[in-house]
This record gives sequence, structure tokens and C-alpha cells, in this order.
Amino acid sequence: MTDHELVVIGGGPAGLAAALSAWEQGVRDILILERDNQAGGILNQCIHNGFGLHCFQEELTGPEYAGRFIDLVKQTGIQIRTDTMVLELSEDRVLHTLSPQYGYESIRAGAVVLAMGCRERTRGAISIPGARCSGIFTAGAAQRFLNIEGYMVGKRVVILGSGDIGLIMARRMTLEGAKVLACVELMPYSGGLARNIVQCLNDFDIPLYLSHTVTDIRGKDRLEQVVVSQVDEKRSPIPGTERVFDCDTLLLSVGLLPENELSRQAGIAIDPRTNGPVVWENRESSLPGVFACGNVLHVHDLVDYVSAESETAGKAAAAYLRGERPAAGELKIVNGNEVSYTVPQHIHRGVDSVEIFFRVRNVRKDAAIRVLDGQTQIARFRREHLAPGEMESIRLPKVLLDRVQGDALTVEIEAVEGGVPRSEASPLADIPTPTGKGGQT
Amino acid sequence: MNYDVVVIGCGVVGADCAYELAKHALRVCVLEASNDVANGTTKANSAIVHGGYDPLPGTKMARLNVRGTAMMCELCRKLDVPYRNNGSLVLSLTEADDETLQALYARGLANGVPGLTLLDRAQTLSMEPNLSPAVRGALFAPSAGIVNPWELCLALAETAVRNGAELRLSAPVTAIARTAGGFRLTTPQGELSARFVVNCAGVFSDQIAAMVGDRSFTVRPVKGEYYLLDKAEGSRVDHVIFQCPSEGSKGVLVTPTVHGNLLVGPNAASCSPEDSANTAAGLDYVRASAQRAVPGIQFRDNIRNFAGVRANTDRDDFILEESAVAPGFIHAAGIRSPGLSAAPAIGPEVLELLRQAGLALHKKEHIIDSRKRVRFQELSDKEKNALVQADPRYGRVICRCESVTEGEIVACLHTPIPPVSVNGVKRRVGAGMGRCQSGFCGPRVQEIIARELGIDPTEVLMDWAGTWVLCGETKGGNAP
Repeated sequence: MTDHELVVIGGGPAGLAAALSAWEQGVRDILILERDNQAGGILNQCIHNGFGLHCFQEELTGPEYAGRFIDLVKQTGIQIRTDTMVLELSEDRVLHTLSPQYGYESIRAGAVVLAMGCRERTRGAISIPGARCSGIFTAGAAQRFLNIEGYMVGKRVVILGSGDIGLIMARRMTLEGAKVLACVELMPYSGGLARNIVQCLNDFDIPLYLSHTVTDIRGKDRLEQVVVSQVDEKRSPIPGTERVFDCDTLLLSVGLLPENELSRQAGIAIDPRTNGPVVWENRESSLPGVFACGNVLHVHDLVDYVSAESETAGKAAAAYLRGERPAAGELKIVNGNEVSYTVPQHIHRGVDSVEIFFRVRNVRKDAAIRVLDGQTQIARFRREHLAPGEMESIRLPKVLLDRVQGDALTVEIEAVEGGVPRSEASPLADIPTPTGKGGQT
Repeated sequence: MNYDVVVIGCGVVGADCAYELAKHALRVCVLEASNDVANGTTKANSAIVHGGYDPLPGTKMARLNVRGTAMMCELCRKLDVPYRNNGSLVLSLTEADDETLQALYARGLANGVPGLTLLDRAQTLSMEPNLSPAVRGALFAPSAGIVNPWELCLALAETAVRNGAELRLSAPVTAIARTAGGFRLTTPQGELSARFVVNCAGVFSDQIAAMVGDRSFTVRPVKGEYYLLDKAEGSRVDHVIFQCPSEGSKGVLVTPTVHGNLLVGPNAASCSPEDSANTAAGLDYVRASAQRAVPGIQFRDNIRNFAGVRANTDRDDFILEESAVAPGFIHAAGIRSPGLSAAPAIGPEVLELLRQAGLALHKKEHIIDSRKRVRFQELSDKEKNALVQADPRYGRVICRCESVTEGEIVACLHTPIPPVSVNGVKRRVGAGMGRCQSGFCGPRVQEIIARELGIDPTEVLMDWAGTWVLCGETKGGNAP
């Protein structure tokens, strides 16, 4: 058994930023455990640009963005151990790890930052019927084949899901000479960023079929056809609307899931809405001394936000290691009308201003976000545009928080007279995570 | 090439025949149409070892089910195949079901099923608290269990090969001629002759029979669709949970798997022999039906759907007999449920049929009857460390969901029956079986297969012939 002050699980953008911020706070014994053979996480395969606009005021590619952080880490005494898998995390912060270099090793950590990222939802997760042929990839797996391994996965492509990875891959496959026939989206709106719709679909004349889904997959050996059908407002396929695409490849960009198997194993409380740990404003989980940030906590749109959140977690881990504990007293954050989740889920009384991140259930124009203390509105924020595919945030200043009477704040979208237009009313309740996001600009 | 016996088909039935035959001084060859063993019905079924109360008394199904189930534990221990004797429950959910349970109980006693017990509602719910509150009682079969069917097949085939049997993959039989000394079989790899032939061709066994002019049975394939759920759902039930059988089907079951997942299915629909497609209607039926027995199943934790084709025929029993028109040609056909349970007893049964047909059986003096593979995850900390020290590749986790190491993948690529596909590796070591369904490890497994077999990554298949994954390099070329 070896001891380290701070162990960060994951050497992607979240882990790197959390470790750096803890270092800046004076923690000197920091170990990052990375399961891949290099640090950088999923950014290494995101060779398109658009990263870093907020963080560096520059347009970087994924590897460049990761490289900036890796360079900064190299200037510190932070250790990165690659090729290292954490097999188990116990409640008392003992990590059981496996690596070719150190074998099976137990590490006791003073504090832990969870930064394991997320994984893609698969064909199985959404039970797409049809043949069991080859040629069906999650968009991220295809991205790895193209951008890391240097291989093409097919020539005629249909993409299911308009999450950012799917959109990015539509462009990438086109640039590599493939014909992308269609991007098919179940919801009546895209799950990706508006700029990706323009730059990855419109610029290449790739049609986007909203309110459509894949209802059959055909092919004895390799994929030969997919059948796409329109769906009704309950997202059920409408018979008679089938169209058949002759293609050899289907890419799935149907959502991301935080990877919390270790967190669950350690007994950390998980929010079923984010599929990530329930955290306080400092990103501390229900297990004292264990913090979470990045896509393991909730799926982000922009890596810049991941870095910012991870800085918070790293800072808090440093404070924990110094023996500082937040004041007792809890204020819950409750999801109100049309809000599908919030992070954090609760905050300590008496803290400084807090930024609340959340997602909305519907596309809305000229909407207002309300914060309620019981039945009383204590803040209202106007937004020209709200969409489930774009994470929202509001900042609540200390003066406001100090005035709160009840033990919970509700964040909600102000109801529209007559309700949300029917075409936009989309019950997301049973979908664990909004459509595919994360780390892809 | 001349053989004493040629076995056609290397599913679990063909593999068990080969395993038993290879214990004897015989020249044995197994011909498999696919590029891997266990690639038909064997890889896509309920993975259940049935108690044996379901088949009608007096049938081969009843006799071989009970015998095979009794043999399973020891066979799996010897050949290192995951097996768990967790017992099964047939639930009664209606008054009519109560009568069915009584009938099954009586049938089970007649078949010689050990330890059968009728349970009342309280006993049933105390064994399985997540069952529907509508449950009225259950038939408990303590001898039932679960097994990894494709590893059973692989272990039997590997052991046969170690004992001198030949296995030819990608060798579909396209014609059989009768000769003075027996049979001449044609495959794309050339011709071979055999004194005796065992037809274990599963859903194609009637087509094989027809090649020697035997049209005594017809395969009527029946497809069953399944959900395989994440390990998070794996302890929803502990026993195999059946509902009362309806006509022609044992109904939708809910069971843990030996890997710790939850398996739900199947429905039953007639189909063509190679139709393993899932249908929206089939999956809806399975889901709704399972929830009648176990209402709390979280189908959002589904990680994979699949469908298997059972080799049902126009006869009511297993077809285990010498062909009436082609002496020396033995059928092991129509091996539908409970075929997997019966498999350990089918090999010996076929041997007896061959003996009666005139094949002399002399036991070899030395045979291999054990098998062991490294399952890294199951080792103690100390063993793990020792192994990584000896071979650092055991320290590199490739499949993160199932914690499968590079060492295990490399080792399986150098076994007597090396896989040639990503799913072949999956069936041997579990890489890609987890919740990400090889999203993360697929490319790395592909790379390891190419490296170890000395082939180009574009040649590595997903599974059977034609299931290509990569179509060429990107414009920039592949990484160095």
C-alpha cells in the first residue's frame, strides 16, 4: 500500500485541470491515474478545432487543448501514471489499481477527484431492432478508428442522433471521401450546438431529418440498408413513413453516460437525472474527501466548462486536505418546471456566490429562468434562446443566498401562457441524459 | 483425407460428439461452416441448464436433459467453463397456472428430476423478493443452473483438438456422396472421406441429411429474441425465473447469467435459418411478458439485444438416430431446447449409435481431460501481481467494462482454436461484453488481433465471413 495526498482518477481535461488547480493551491503530492497510454482523454481523438474559445480565447484542436494542460502539468511535480486502471475504490479512499509497471497495487489517498469521463450510449441502450451485421459504430468509436488508428470505417453513411460527435463525424467522414446520406434525429430539434449544424451538415448539404429514427437495420454480413421512419409526438414510429437508405455504415450519436461504476462501488450517491454523483457547490460528493468533475459528473457541451468545473473540484480537494470543512447547513436545489437537472444538487449555507448549471427540457425563445424560495421568486434571468442541447447556467450572489428562508431553492423555466407548443413538448423524463454532448467543442 | 468419423457442425452438440470421439483411437474431423465454433444456436440462447420437468416422459429430450444436467457440473469443472447451479423456479401467476405446476411436478418426477419441490407464495417470495406480488407459488428445481454456452462449446472443441481431432473452420459441406467405404464430403477446402458421418448441423441439419437422400425430417427454425442487461440489474433475481409454459414455448424467462448480467427472453416466432434480426414487436413482447413475473426490471439498463434461432423440426423429439437410408450416417439433429442442457449426454449417446452402426471404439490410454484459462479478474491480489511480473501484458486492461487484460487477449489468440474476429475474442475472454459494447476496446482488440495473427487490421472481422469492420486507410494513412 502506498500513500498519496491527492489521487485523480482520469487524465483527461477534467483530471488535468483538477490536479493543476490543487497544485496551485499548494498540494504537492498529486498522482493522476490514466487508463489509456497517454494523458488527454477523449480530446486526443477530437482533431477538429473550436476548443478553448473560453479558456484560452483561441480556437484550438482537441489535442492542442489537451497539450496545453499536459505542458502545464509537466512544469509541476504532479505525477501522471498512464496505462493504469483503477479497479476498485473503497469508502475509505483506498484505490486498487492495475498497471503493467506496478502490477496490482493499493493506494491510500488523502482525497480523491473522480474524473473518469463518460461513455457513449450504444445500439443496445436504445434497442434498435434489426440485423446483427457489422457496420454499426458509436460515433466516438468510429472517430477513434479514423483519427487515432488511421482507418476508414465505411463509405456510405447514415448517422443516428444529432449530438455533437455525430455532427463532427458527418463532416469528418465526408472529408475522407465517404458519402453521408442523412443525419436522423428522434427529437424535433437537434441535440448538438447550432454552429455544428451549420458547419458539419449544412455546409456539406447533408440532410437532417428531425422527428425521425432508425426502425430497421438490414444486412446479412455487413450493413446493407437502414430504414428510417418519422415519429409522432410520443416518439413512436409512424407506419407508412419509412424510407430506405442503402448504406454500409450506421454511426450512433445517441447520448453519453457518465462512467460511475467506481463511484457506485464506493457507495457514492448518484443522481438518476445526471447519472453522476450528487455534489455540493465545491463538487464534493456524498463521500467526504471525494470530489467529481467533468463528464463523470454531468455531460458538458464545451471542454472549457469542464476545465472551469475541475478547477473548482481541485481547489476544494486542496482545502479538504488542509483540513478545512464547509459550514454545516444545506440548501437543496430543486428542479422546477422544464428543468431536467441541476449541478450542484445542493449547496452549503453561507457560501459565496454559486453558479448553478442545468439543462432544460424544451426549445424556447424569449424565455425566463426563475429561482424560487418556497413560492417566492427571488431571482429571474432572461434568455433569448433555450435548448436541451445547450447547458444553461445562472449565478446566484451571496447576498441573495443569505436571504433564503426555506431549505430549498427551485430553478424553473417560467411557464408560457397556454403551455409549450405541442410540437416542442418532448417528454424527456425517461431519457437519462440529453443527447450526445461532451468534449467535442 | 480419410477419417473414421466426420462431424458436421461445431456447435455445442458437434463439439461434445468430437470431445467424446477424440477419447478413442479414431481419426476424427469436425467441419464447421463458420469461421469459428459456437457461431450458430450455441451462441444465442437462454444459457440455461434445465431441470428436466418440461419434456414428456419417455422422450429422448426427457432422458438426455436429466442426464446432461447431472453431468454438467463436473464437465464444467474439468474444462473450466463458467457454470452456476442456481436452481430454477416456474411461477404460478393464475389459478390455471397452479394446475400446470402440478402437471410439471408430476412430469418431473416421472423424468427423474432430483429435488423438485412445490413452493407456496411465501416461500417463493422469500427466495425471490423482486417477483410480482401476484405470484401464487412456484415449482423449484434445485438441479437447474446457468452456463456459458459458447465457452462450453469452445472448451469441448479445444479438448477434442488437443486429443487429436481435426477441426476445419470455414468448411461448409456442399455435397456428400456415398462410397463403398462410407462417404465422400465436399467442402470449399477440398474433399475428404469418412466411414461414418455425424450430422450436427443445427438449423441446416435437414439440408445436410438431404445430401445423402434422407428427407425424413424438416427443420422449422424458431427465432427467440432477448435483452441482455447491465450487471447493475444482474441481481434482480437469483434463480432462473420461468413462467408457465404455453404451447410450443417455455415462455419468457428472467435469469442472471454466469457473467453477472440479467438475461430476459425469448419470444418464439418461425423464421428462416439465418434470421437473427431483432424486431420491435418481438422485443416489446419480451419486455411486457417479463414484467409480469419481475415487474421492476430496468430495461433502460439494457446493453444488447440479440436473437437466436432454435433448430426445431417437424418431429416432437430430438432426432438421434442412424439415417434409415444411409447406413453409417448418424443424425444429432433437431436439438432444440433443452439441447444445451442435454449436450453433455448427447456425445455419449451418439457414440453408442456409432458403435451400433459398426464403429469399433477403443479408448486411448492417455487423453487430456482438463482445461484452464486465466481469468485475471478472479485471481487473488497476490496471483495478479505474480502474473503481471511474469508478463506485464496482464497489467494492461484493454476492456475496461469487464476488466479484461491484454495478456488474456493475447493468450486466447494462441490457443488450439484461435479466434479470427473481434467477437471471437469476446466469446473467449469477455472483452467487449460489457456496458460500452466494445466502444472503447474494439479498436484496441482489432489492433491486437492483427498484430498477433500477423494480418492487416482491415482483415480483422467483427464476426463471421463478410462482417468487415474497416474498409481502408484514411487519406493520411494509418498510424505508424
